[in-house]
Amino acid sequence: MSLFIIVALPFFGALLPGLMNPAGRSATAGVTFTVTLSAFIGLLTNLPAIIAGEVVTARIDWMPLLGLNFTLMLDGLGFFFAMLILGIGLLIIAYARQYLSREDNMGEFLTYLLLFQGAMVGIVLSDNILLLLIFWELTSLSSFLLIGYWKHLPEGRQGARMALTVTGMGGLAMIGGMLILGNIVGSYDLSVILQNRELIQADPLYLPALILILLGCFTKSAQFPFHFWLPHAMAAPTPVSAYLHSATMVKAGIFLMARMWPVLSGTPEWFVIVTTAGLITMVLGAVIAVFKHDLKALLAFSTVSHLGLITMLLGTGTAFGAMAAVFHILNHATFKAALFMSAGIVDHEAHTRDIRRLGGLRKLMPVTFAIVTLAALSMAGIPFLNGFLSKEMMLEEATHTVLFDLPLLVPVLATIGSLFSAAYCFRLISHTFLGPVRDDYPSKPHDPNAAMWLPPALLIIPVIVIGVAPFLVEPFVRLVTYSVLGGAAEMPYAHLKIWHGFGPALYMSMIAVVGGLLVLALFRPALTLWDATPRPEAKTIFEALIAAVVDLARMLTLPLHNGAFSRYAAIATIWIVGAGYFAWRTGTASLADYPNQTTDPVLISGWAMLVAATLGMVFLHRNRFLSLILMGIVGLMVSVGFVFLSAPDLAMTQFTVEAVTIILMLLALNFLPERTPVESTVLRRMRDTVVAIAGGLAAFGMAYYFMLRDPVAPTISDFHLANSYKGGGGTNVVNVILVDFRGFDTFGEIIVLSIAALLIYALTEALLGGPIRARLLNRKPQRPQAGGVHPMMMVVLTRGMMPVALMVGFYIFLAGHNEPGGGFIAGLIVSIAVVMQYMASGFAWASDRLRYPYHGVIGAGVLVAGLTGIGSWFVSKPFLTSDFTYVRIPPFNEFELATAALFDVGVFLSVVGAVMLSLESFSRLARRKDSPESDYAMDIDPSRHDPEPQSAQEGV
Amino acid sequence: MEFLIASAIGVLTAAGIYLLLRLRTFPVILGISLLTYAVNVFLFTTGRVVIGAPPVLRDDIDFYTDPLPQALVLTAIVISFGMTAVVVMIGLGAFLGSDDDHVDDQVTPSNDGEKEGAK
Repeated sequence: MSLFIIVALPFFGALLPGLMNPAGRSATAGVTFTVTLSAFIGLLTNLPAIIAGEVVTARIDWMPLLGLNFTLMLDGLGFFFAMLILGIGLLIIAYARQYLSREDNMGEFLTYLLLFQGAMVGIVLSDNILLLLIFWELTSLSSFLLIGYWKHLPEGRQGARMALTVTGMGGLAMIGGMLILGNIVGSYDLSVILQNRELIQADPLYLPALILILLGCFTKSAQFPFHFWLPHAMAAPTPVSAYLHSATMVKAGIFLMARMWPVLSGTPEWFVIVTTAGLITMVLGAVIAVFKHDLKALLAFSTVSHLGLITMLLGTGTAFGAMAAVFHILNHATFKAALFMSAGIVDHEAHTRDIRRLGGLRKLMPVTFAIVTLAALSMAGIPFLNGFLSKEMMLEEATHTVLFDLPLLVPVLATIGSLFSAAYCFRLISHTFLGPVRDDYPSKPHDPNAAMWLPPALLIIPVIVIGVAPFLVEPFVRLVTYSVLGGAAEMPYAHLKIWHGFGPALYMSMIAVVGGLLVLALFRPALTLWDATPRPEAKTIFEALIAAVVDLARMLTLPLHNGAFSRYAAIATIWIVGAGYFAWRTGTASLADYPNQTTDPVLISGWAMLVAATLGMVFLHRNRFLSLILMGIVGLMVSVGFVFLSAPDLAMTQFTVEAVTIILMLLALNFLPERTPVESTVLRRMRDTVVAIAGGLAAFGMAYYFMLRDPVAPTISDFHLANSYKGGGGTNVVNVILVDFRGFDTFGEIIVLSIAALLIYALTEALLGGPIRARLLNRKPQRPQAGGVHPMMMVVLTRGMMPVALMVGFYIFLAGHNEPGGGFIAGLIVSIAVVMQYMASGFAWASDRLRYPYHGVIGAGVLVAGLTGIGSWFVSKPFLTSDFTYVRIPPFNEFELATAALFDVGVFLSVVGAVMLSLESFSRLARRKDSPESDYAMDIDPSRHDPEPQSAQEGV
Repeated sequence: MEFLIASAIGVLTAAGIYLLLRLRTFPVILGISLLTYAVNVFLFTTGRVVIGAPPVLRDDIDFYTDPLPQALVLTAIVISFGMTAVVVMIGLGAFLGSDDDHVDDQVTPSNDGEKEGAK
C-alpha cells in the first residue's frame, strides 16, 4: 500500500468515530479498529521490501520553493516504529472500548486518538524534516486533547496544559535546530541530510543545531530536566497513558535521536549531553518511582527512567549501544503498555490506584495478577523475559562507557538505576497483589471480562517469546539497527542470547535484583527517610515560572493594550508615521522626474470646497447630522476630482456609492444620539491634533513625493492598454481589467461584499430576535415626525422615474465594456432607483412588491459569475478565461458578445443584492415603529398617539 | 496641481485620524470614511495625475492614463461601502444593546484620564 494512504488513513478515519457515535460504542470502536487495522495491514504489505533492505519512498512536491516536500520514506526504523504505533494502537482501541464508561463520549475520544495516531505515523515516515516538524507539532496538539479528555477534572486540564507547554516549547526549539540543519546541508530532505555527516559535524553551527534538536527530543521524551510533565499527564484516561506515554509519543524523541544518529552522534558534545541526560533521568526516575503510591505515577516515573536508559544507550554513540537501544524500545513497549493497561484494570475494578489501599489482589484478580507479574518481572530484568536481555546489553554497554574520565561512574550509576528499577517492580507486585486479602477496597475487585484483559495479555506473549527465544527477533532488530546506523558505523557482531557467560553485566544484574529485594524489605524505613528529605517540587517551579512569564507579558501588554480603541489607534498611527520617517531618513531620495503641472482654477475651487468640508467635519463633528452632510460634500468633491483626472468609471462609482452610504448612515443615525458629547480633556485633544497633523503631513509628503516620480519598477499597465481590445474585446480598459484580466480578483471582491451584506442581515436578525426588539418598539423619535410620511409628490415622481432609472442602469451596464460603466456602477444605480421607492412609498409597500429576496439575488450573482468562470473549463481553459465574438443582427449595428459580459451580470446582481440587503436590514430596525399590525402585544407606538391622523399605509 | 492633490490627501488623512481618535462610534466611523477617501485618492494618483486622457481606447489617440490603479480603486470604493455598512451595524448593535456608544472598553478603567466621561 502506498505510504501516503498509510499516513492519510488515520486522519481521514478520524472523521468516522464522530459520525458513528449514535450507532453505539461498539460500532464506534469497531470502525476505529478497522481504520487502524487497514493502515496496519497496509504497512505489512511493505514488509517484504523492507526485509530485502529497500527503502520505500513516496513523494509529492508541495512547496518546492520553501524546500517543503511531501516526501515519505519507509526504512527499517520507520517500519519498526510504525508497527509499534499501529499494532499497539489496535490493542488500545479494543481496550478503550471496555475502559471508557457510558458517560464518556467515545466518538470524541477515538477521533483524538486517530488524529494522534496519524501524526505519529507521519513523524516516523517523513522524509522531509519540515514535514516531520508539522507532524511533530500535531502530536503535541492531539496529545493535549487526549490528556485533557476528561475536561471536568482540573488535574487533567493542568496536566494537558503542562504537557503542551513543555513539548510545545521543545518543538519550537527543534524547529530552529532543523532549520539550521537544513541550511547547513542545503536540503530539507532527510535522506540527503543523513548522507552529510562530515559536513554537518564540521559546521560551526553544529552545536546550536544539536542543542536545539535535543531540546525537542528531551522535552518530548521526558528527559531530565524536562521529565516532570509526564507524571502529570497521567491524569489522562488509562488508554491514553498506555498508548502515548509508554509506547508511542514519548518515544518520538527517542525516534528522532535514532533517526539523526548517523549525522549527529559520535561527537564529544553528543556523547556528553545525551549520555548524561539519559543517566540522570534513568536513576532519578527509578528512585522516585519506588516511593510513588499511585500505580500510574509509579509507572510514569518508571517510563521516565526507561526512556533515560534508551537515551543513554543512544548517547554512547557505539553501534552496540544503538542495537541495545532498538531492542529495549521494542521490549519496553510490550511490557510497559501491558502494565499500564493492567493498572487501568485495577483502577477500573477496585476504584483506586493507591497502592496503600490495595494488596491481596492475587486471589481476587488472578488473571490480572499473572499479566502484571510477568510484565513487571520482565521490567525488573529477570531471566527468560525480554526485559532481561536488553538490560544485560545496557549494562554491558555501560561497562565500556567512560564519562568525565571516571571509569566507574557509568557502570555504578547504571547498576543503581537497575537496582531501583527492580525495587519498584517488586513493590508493584508485592504491595498490590500479594499479602492478605483486605475488606476495605472502595469496590469489590474481580477480573474483568476477557475483552478487557485480552489486550494486555496479548502483549505478554512477545514478552515471553522474546525472553525465551531471542533469536526469533534478532534478524528484525539487526534490520532496524542497520537503518539507525545508516552506514555511519559497522554493524555490531553481537547476537541476542540469554547466556553470555559470566561477565560484569551478569554480576551487575545480580546486584540489581538482590538490591531491589533488599529495598523492598527495608521499604518502611526507606519511605520514612524519603518523606523526610526535602525535594524540589517540579510542578511548583513550573507554575512559578509560568506565573512570572505571564506577569512579564502583562506588564508589557497592558500599557499598550488596555481595551481602549483610541489608544490602539493612536499608538498604531505614531508607530506607522515613525517607521515611515525612519525609512525616509535612512533611504535615498531621488530628484523629481516631472515638474508640478499647472493648476486649473476649477481644481482650486474643488480643492477649497473639499478642504472646507473636511475641516468643517472636524470642527462640527459633534453635530452628527451636519457632519454627515459635510461628508457628502467631501465625497462629491472626490468624484468631481475623478472626472477631472480622467477617471470616469471611478467618478460614477464614487458618486453612487456616496449616495447609498449617506442613506445608510442616515438610517443608522436615526437610532443613535444626535450629538457627540464633549468628553476628552483639552490636553487629550491637543495630543490627538498633534498625532493627526503628523499623520496628515506624512500622507501629504508621501503622496507628493510619489506623484512626481516614476515608480521604481516598470508598471504592468502598458500590457493592459495594449491587450484590452485585442485580448478582452473591450475599449474601456478599466472594465476589461475588472471583468477579464483581473476577473478572479473581482470574483473575490463580490464575494466579500456579499458576505458583508449577509453579516449585516445576520446582525439585524440577532438584534430583532433579542430584548432590543422591545426597546426599538418603545423608542420615541428624537425629532418631531413629519405630517405626511409618504409625500404624494415624491411618490408620484419616484414611480415615474423608476423605469427611466432602470433604463439608465441597463444602458450603463451594456455600454460598460467599451465606454465608462459596467456591472458595479449599473448595480449601484439600480439600487438607488429601488431605494427611492422604499423612501417614497414606504417599506411595506416596497417589500410587498419584491419578487425575489435579496439573499437570492446575491446568491444568483455569485453563482452566475462563478459558473461563467467554470464555463471555460469545458473548453480546457483555466478558470475565468474569457472569449468574445461580434454579431450583427441585420437592422442593428454590429455588436459584441463577450463571456465577460455574463460575468459582469454576476457582478451586477451581487452588487444590487448586497446594497439592498444592507439597506433593507437597517430599515427593518425602524420598520416596526410604523407597522400597526405588529404581532407584538406590547406594541406601544408613539407615532400612533400623534395628534395628526395616521396616513394610509401605502402613502397614496 | 500635484501639490493640491497631495495636500488634499494630507488634509483628509489628518481629519480622518483626528476623528478616529474620538471616543464615540459615530465620529470614528466618519474618520474611517475620510481615511478611505484619502487612501483611494492616493492609490489612484500612483498612476500619475493626467487630465483628459481617460483609459477608453480610441482609434486616433495613443496616450491614456494608467488604467490599473483605477480598476483597483473602483473595487476598493465598493468594498469600502460594505465595510462601512458592517462597522455601522456593529456600532449600532452595540449602542442598542448597552445604551452606550463609546468605542473604548468602559469596564476596565483606562489610565487615560477619561474615566469621568459623561454618559
